[in-house]
Amino acid sequence: MLSRTASCLYWLGRYVERAEFTARLVEATLRLDALSTRPAGDAAWLSAMKVLDADIAFAATGQALTPRNVTRFLTVSVGHPGSVLFCLNAARDNAKAVRTALSREAWSAINRAWLLFHGKTSPGDTEQVLNLVAQAEAETRGFEGAIGRMLRNPSSRFIRLGAAIERADNTARLLDVKYHILLPEGEAVGGAVDRDQWTTILQTVSAVNAYRWLYREGLKPWLVTELLILRRELPRSLAACGEEVVQHLAGIGKETGNQGEADRLARDRHAEFGSARIEQIIATGLHEYLEDYLEANAALDAAIARQFRFY
Amino acid sequence: MGRPFDEIRGFSEGAGARPEFAALGQWLDETPAAELQRRQEAAEATFRQLGITFAVYGDEAAAERIIPFDIVPRIFTASEWSSLSAGLVQRVEAINAFLTDIYGPRKILADGIIPEDLILRNPQFRPEIVGSRPPHDVWSHICGIDLVRTGPDDFWVLEDNARTPSGVSYMLENREAMIRLCPELFQMYQVEPVDSYTDLLHETMQSVAPRGCGSDPVCVILTPGHYNSAYYEHSFLADTIGIELVEAADLEVDDDKVWMRTITGRVQVHVIYRRIDDDFLDPLIFRPDSLLGVPGLISAYRAGNVTIVNAPGTGIADDKAVYSYMPEIVRYYSGGDPLLPNVETYRCREPEMLSYVLDNLEKLVVKLVDGSGGYGMLVGPMASKTQIEDFRAALKAEPHRYIAQPTLALSTVPTLTEKGIAPRHVDFRPFVLSQPGRVKIVPGGLTRVALKEGSLVVNSSQGGGTKDSFILANNGGRS
Repeated sequence: MLSRTASCLYWLGRYVERAEFTARLVEATLRLDALSTRPAGDAAWLSAMKVLDADIAFAATGQALTPRNVTRFLTVSVGHPGSVLFCLNAARDNAKAVRTALSREAWSAINRAWLLFHGKTSPGDTEQVLNLVAQAEAETRGFEGAIGRMLRNPSSRFIRLGAAIERADNTARLLDVKYHILLPEGEAVGGAVDRDQWTTILQTVSAVNAYRWLYREGLKPWLVTELLILRRELPRSLAACGEEVVQHLAGIGKETGNQGEADRLARDRHAEFGSARIEQIIATGLHEYLEDYLEANAALDAAIARQFRFY
Repeated sequence: MGRPFDEIRGFSEGAGARPEFAALGQWLDETPAAELQRRQEAAEATFRQLGITFAVYGDEAAAERIIPFDIVPRIFTASEWSSLSAGLVQRVEAINAFLTDIYGPRKILADGIIPEDLILRNPQFRPEIVGSRPPHDVWSHICGIDLVRTGPDDFWVLEDNARTPSGVSYMLENREAMIRLCPELFQMYQVEPVDSYTDLLHETMQSVAPRGCGSDPVCVILTPGHYNSAYYEHSFLADTIGIELVEAADLEVDDDKVWMRTITGRVQVHVIYRRIDDDFLDPLIFRPDSLLGVPGLISAYRAGNVTIVNAPGTGIADDKAVYSYMPEIVRYYSGGDPLLPNVETYRCREPEMLSYVLDNLEKLVVKLVDGSGGYGMLVGPMASKTQIEDFRAALKAEPHRYIAQPTLALSTVPTLTEKGIAPRHVDFRPFVLSQPGRVKIVPGGLTRVALKEGSLVVNSSQGGGTKDSFILANNGGRS
């Protein structure tokens, strides 16, 4: 496989995942803002943008912090490199450059998702946004489905490798921005805002029902944290993403004979999850833990690029 | 311009109607236009979903469009096809012999058949490759010969495309769409299949691999990238054949060998089907300012370590001024009369012809010798006074850049329009593949149709569409 092809496939996986995550976060924040008994307002949108690393870019546009402005910025802004539209553009660009490595189904799924946003300048009112976001999620799920049915060859593995790295990144960011809400210092836990916040987080990683199934008790911050970091049953947990990364790298290694630094880093990280306990992570500082994790994830991304000669 | 010949219904007064196509005529009469419209829209929706798009230069708003597809096929009988193919084989063999001669001994110039300066001072002539010979003397491996028709037995070659002709993916995808949407037509007629084209293309690439690279040469398709107007076709061909689609940045030359960069290291490449112009092949040789090329590629080619398909320098064979000598060229190398005639062509570089052209602009078609895609072209009978005067001035300023031809009454084929089925002008581009010692043609080609009423310009960049082209296994009907 051409190095450029591998790189495009990897980034295709990352961008589709990022588009979906952003769409989910917008959906969950709208819910938090509009449906909760005590509207969380500005803080909800500000923290959503922090998760996406978009707060500074948004401030630079000079627009007022209103749900409508932020929603437009995060969904259809052409200039903002994190908007759903931008991610889908980038995903399709990468997909187009490697058409031959994709199945027709995978290509048309990404093309359909792109057509959904192409040329849109305003996402419309709340109901229309929710609609658009739901459609985007459906198309990206369709893409994942098509990838799942592609040949188990390096092509599909590079896409899923990129998706797993991106997913881990998103989950860690989401937790990091919301951790102080999850684990407030010196404040009673369990108020209504907290409940809505937890629900927002679980919704963003589509784990509302999963939580109930796994814990069978009310929302407890440390359990939500455990679910998102350590529970392998949840596809968006850091442990599950790490496991996936190891598998895809091993698969690529087996099929191409190329194994190296990235495999080693991924395996080491995966092994750490085996012995980790949530009490310990919280005791030594969740924020510090997540910061270290994001750094290690970036190092793994760089090692993958080196190992497969992306540049 | 005479009266146009309709390929299904004959001349307007009924002469030349085609009894063998009566079944298609009946199908057209009996299928409601709304039903045809529905099927056509279904085909176009599929094309859009697959991303079968092309880009139009200078039209940012419509960066990606699909080429309009017309559901009514165009039909050739087996005997029409067999005489066409004989003419195509003869013409393409002559083109390859001409290129071997021009870049070698130059006998045709020494014998005074073609003026020397028309070749040697032509920008399409590449002095950089004089003296190099591609494997088996095949230069233009893939030729797209544009044919037009004016009567039941009157076919003309309008243009030879000997560089990197495109459109073959439409021949293949249009057929897939027709089989899906109009299966009844394939019950009605026994149509020759076209889907072996990609195998034949791969076979052609393998057949010209450099000596000593073993039985399984590494073949690739070289594309300028996914912003190119024909990118879909490049990726379609690579995908269907099962070979890598590379960009220049994926290739490097080392020790006069070409390598592609892969995730497991570099792999030597033996045959490159390039879909980029000569100018952008190798910045060391052709265009130093080009970012597209592969430095050292021409040196590797000259060393015989890689075959470039089509070979560098083939542009001299499809220059429009050289086109006007094609009858002489065919006669010179084949020893016989051309089976397919040229359209009469006035070379504006010659003063007498220029003055005739200037006196008859409103009747003629004027083209740039190195133009393509329907750009830089005047269709006299359709042009405004201003357009004619603009061309008059341009012709006087740089006559050597132009040729002129009589305006032909191109044949028409029934086509689905907003007002129902109506005749529209068409041309035809079959794809001719040259292998060592033999020429092969898949029975089919690309029919382009001018969708605007009365228009004679079929180029997709000028609002043209495409049709499927049926070549019948017999002379009509399903026997």
